[in-house]
Amino acid sequence: MEKTFNFNLNGKTVRVTTSPERMLLWVLRSDLELTGTKYSCGEGFCGACTVLINDEAVLSCQYPVQEVNGKEVTTIEGLQDNGKLHPLQTAFMLHNALQCGFCTPGMILGAHNLLLKNPQPTSKEIVEAMEGYLCRCGSYNRIIEAIQTAAQTMKGQRS
Amino acid sequence: MKDDEFIPFDLEKNLNPGTLDRREFLKLMGGGIVILFTVGDSLALQQARRRRGYPEDFNAYLRIGEDGRVTCFSGKIEMGQGVITSFAQMLAEELDVPLNSVDMIMGDTSLCPWDAGTFGSRSTKYFGPPLRQAAAEARTVLFQLAAEHLRTAQEKMKVKDGIIFVTKNPEKKVSYAQLTKGKKIERHLEKKPPIKHYSQHTISGKPTDRLDGRAKVTGEAKFAGDIRLPGMLYARIVRPPAHGAKLKNVDTSAAENIKDIQIIRNEDMIAVLHKHRDVADKALGLIKAPFEPSTNTQDNKSIFKHLKGSASGGEIVTEAGNLDEGKALASKTFDEVYFNHYVAHAPPENHTAVAKIEGDKATVWASTQAPFRAQGDVAQALGFSLQNVRVITPFVGCGFGGKNSGRQVVEAALLAKLSEKPVQVAWSRKEEFFYDTFRPAAIIEIRSGLNSLNQIVFWEYHNYFAGSRSSQPFYNIPHHRVLSYGGWGGRGGGRTHPFGVGAWRGPGSNTNVFAIESHIDVMAKSAGMDPLEFRLHNLTDKRMKKVLNAAAEKFGRSFSEAPSGKGYGIACTDYLGTYLATMAEVKIDEKKGEIRVERVVCAQDTGEVINPEGVRIQIEGCVTMGLGYCLTEEIRFKNGRILDENFDTYEIPRFSWQPKIETVLLDNPEMPPQGCGEPAITSMGGVITNAVYDAIGIRMSVLPMTPARIKEALRNGRAATQ
Ligand code: FES
Ligand code: FES
Repeated sequence: MEKTFNFNLNGKTVRVTTSPERMLLWVLRSDLELTGTKYSCGEGFCGACTVLINDEAVLSCQYPVQEVNGKEVTTIEGLQDNGKLHPLQTAFMLHNALQCGFCTPGMILGAHNLLLKNPQPTSKEIVEAMEGYLCRCGSYNRIIEAIQTAAQTMKGQRS
Repeated sequence: MKDDEFIPFDLEKNLNPGTLDRREFLKLMGGGIVILFTVGDSLALQQARRRRGYPEDFNAYLRIGEDGRVTCFSGKIEMGQGVITSFAQMLAEELDVPLNSVDMIMGDTSLCPWDAGTFGSRSTKYFGPPLRQAAAEARTVLFQLAAEHLRTAQEKMKVKDGIIFVTKNPEKKVSYAQLTKGKKIERHLEKKPPIKHYSQHTISGKPTDRLDGRAKVTGEAKFAGDIRLPGMLYARIVRPPAHGAKLKNVDTSAAENIKDIQIIRNEDMIAVLHKHRDVADKALGLIKAPFEPSTNTQDNKSIFKHLKGSASGGEIVTEAGNLDEGKALASKTFDEVYFNHYVAHAPPENHTAVAKIEGDKATVWASTQAPFRAQGDVAQALGFSLQNVRVITPFVGCGFGGKNSGRQVVEAALLAKLSEKPVQVAWSRKEEFFYDTFRPAAIIEIRSGLNSLNQIVFWEYHNYFAGSRSSQPFYNIPHHRVLSYGGWGGRGGGRTHPFGVGAWRGPGSNTNVFAIESHIDVMAKSAGMDPLEFRLHNLTDKRMKKVLNAAAEKFGRSFSEAPSGKGYGIACTDYLGTYLATMAEVKIDEKKGEIRVERVVCAQDTGEVINPEGVRIQIEGCVTMGLGYCLTEEIRFKNGRILDENFDTYEIPRFSWQPKIETVLLDNPEMPPQGCGEPAITSMGGVITNAVYDAIGIRMSVLPMTPARIKEALRNGRAATQ
C-alpha cells in the first residue's frame, strides 16, 4: 500500500507518496532525482549512501522511507550555505582528498556527523569514526587531514 | 607484447562514412568557433581514416570559444587518476592561456578524438605529445593571425593569458577569442612548430589541485548512474548463480503482478524494467529461474594445480646468454615458487550504462574505460552504423582495468531498443563481483644461481597466467630466460579460469614484482648481505640505483641481513618506463596473525612530471589499494560460484589500515612523461612480503597473507603453498 510521507529535505518540505518499505536511497535517487547520494554496495557495508537525518549520519540504502516522516534530511546537495561551501567541502578540495570522487559525498557527510559530536577529533578518533566508510582510491590519509583542517576552520567560525 | 594488445572492434566494417557533413559537425561542436579548419572532413571521417592513431588536425583536440574559454577534447576518461587536471595543464601551458580558462570534454565519441581506451598508465605518455603538438600549432597559427591583424611582425609580439600583444606597446593587442570570433579560418602549418622546453613551463610541472574537486565535493559531478532521462526505466537482469550454469526454465508470473513492471525476454536475457530501481529489484526477486549446476569443479584450493596442469608451451618473453652456462657458473642455486589468488577490482561505482535510442541513432552514457570500444560494441549489437552511436563517458567511479569491456553497455542498449524507452542498467554489488574480470590467479617459478662473488649468474623464470609485464630482468644477469604461459587476457583465458579474468591495475606486474623481489631477497639472505646492499651489488642500471638510494635516504633506517626482526622490506621495479623503489616497515601481531603496515616510502622516477600533486596522490592510492592484495583480497569461489558478493566478506583497505605514506619524486624532466597511475601498486606484494620475512623469518609465498596463512606459517615455521 502506498502512503504519503512529509519530510524536510535540504531545507525544503517534500511530500512523497510511495510504499513505506522502500529505502530512502532510491526515493532520493530515482523519485526525487537527487543523485549526489551514491549507491555502491547496497547492503550497508560502504558508507557511500550516507545522508544526515536530524544531524545523524545514516546509511540511506538501509533506511526505509517511512521512518523519515517528519524528520530533517540533508544530502550532499544541501550542505552548502547559500552557495558557500561547507568547511568540510573546502577542506576536501584543499587536500585533494578524493580521486574518482564516488565515495566523497558519503565521506563528507560521515565526517560532518563526527564533527558535530566531536568538534576536535584526534586522528585516531577520526579513524575509529570513519572505519565503515570505504575509499577504493585510497584517499584515507588525505581525508583524515581534510577533516582536521575543517575542524580547525569550524572552530574559528564558532569563536 | 601480446598482453598489451588491445583488441579493437572492427571499425572499418561498421563505419559508414559520409553522413555527418561539415555543417553538422560544426553544430555538434556547439557555439564556439572552430578555428583553422583545414578540410571539410567531419571528425568521424577523420577518425575513420586514422582509427588506430590520433588525428593530425589540431582542431580535434581544442576549440577556442567566443568567450575566450578553451575546450580540450580527449578520448581518455577520468576515473580518479587525474588526467582531467594534467591534460588541462599541458594544453594551457602550450597554448599560453590561464589554466582556469580550460574546460575538459572527455570520452565522448562524437566530440573527442579516437582513443583505444584509458589503461596501462598511458594517458599522459601517449595522449600528452599529440595534445601538446596540437596546442603548439594552434598557438603558432594564432600568432600569424595576430601579426596580420595588428600589422606587426610576429617576432615583435608576445602572448600572455590568451592575449597577443606588441612587446613594446602592450596596448596594441588582440585576444585569441577576438581573432577567431566569427571567422572561418582554414590554415594549417606545413611544418610542425616545436613544443616548449620544460624550462619555460609555468603551468605544467607545478603542483595543481584537482580541477574536478568542486564538482565532486558538492555532489554535482555526474556519473553514468546519475543520468536521468524522461521516461527512463531501470532494468534488472536475471543472472546465473554460477559461471557455466544453464537456465532451465523461467516463471515470471509473480513479477508480472507488480504495477507498471515491464518484462523483456530476449533469447537468454530476461529483464524486468521499472521507473524505480528498487521496484525493479523487487520484481527480479519474484522471478523463478532455476539453473542447471555448473560443470566447473574448481575452488581456491584446487586452482593452482589446475592452472599448472592447463598450461602448455610457453613463450619466451626475453632471454640472454645460455642457461646451462649460467648454471655451471653458480655456486649456489635457488628454486622457489610464488602464488597469488584471484583479486577483484571492486570499484565503488558498479558497472552502469544509460541508453537512449531515437530512430537509428543511439546515445549511451557509460561507466567505461574504453568509450570507442563500447561504441563499436553497441553498433554491432544494435546493427547500427558506428557513427550513429554516441557514447558519452561521465565521471567514472574507478576502473583499474575492470571497466575495459562493456557488457552493461550492450545490455542497456539492447533493452532500450526492445522496450522503446531510455534504460539504465546499473549492476548490483553482487553482479559486480560476479562479472568482474579478476586479476588472474597465477604461479611463478624461479630458478636462479649466485657465483662466489654473490652475483646472479642465471635466472630461469616460468610465469603461469600472470601476464608478462615487468617480468624482464633489470638486474645484471648474464644468463636468463623468461617464459610466459599465458597472460591476463591472452592464451589460457576462458579455458583455464572458471570465470573472466583481465587487466587489473598494473596487470601482470603485481605478480611478477612480488615473485622477483621476493626471490631477490631469498638470494640476498643466502649471500649474507642486506637486501639493499645485495640489490645495488647486482645492478648497473643508474636510474634504478638512483631510485633505490632516494627511497633509502627518505626511509632513513638501515637494513640488516634478514630476518633482523625490524620488519623492514624493499622492492623495486621498472613499470613500463617508470622506475620506483618502495620501502616499508611492518609489525606483526603473532597471536592474531595480523600484519600492520606502519610506514611506506616510495621513490619514483616517472620522467617529466606534469602535476607533482597528482603523481603523489596516485602513489598514495597505489600503496593503499596494494595493501588489499597483500593482506586480504582473495576471491573465494566454488563450482563456478563467486562466494564473495559484497564488502562484508571481501575485505578492502580501510581507514585503520593506513600506514604513513611518504613519496619522493625524482627530478628527470629530460625524459618524456611516463605513466604514474599504476607503477607504485606493483611493488606492494614484494615490499610487504620482504618486510614480513624480516620481521618473522618466514618467507610467505602466497598472496594474500591473510591472518590464517600467517598463523599457519608461524605454527609450522614455514609458509604453506595454497
Ligand atoms: S550503498 Fe549504502 S552502505 Fe554501501
Ligand atoms: S575517491 Fe574514489 S573511492 Fe574514494
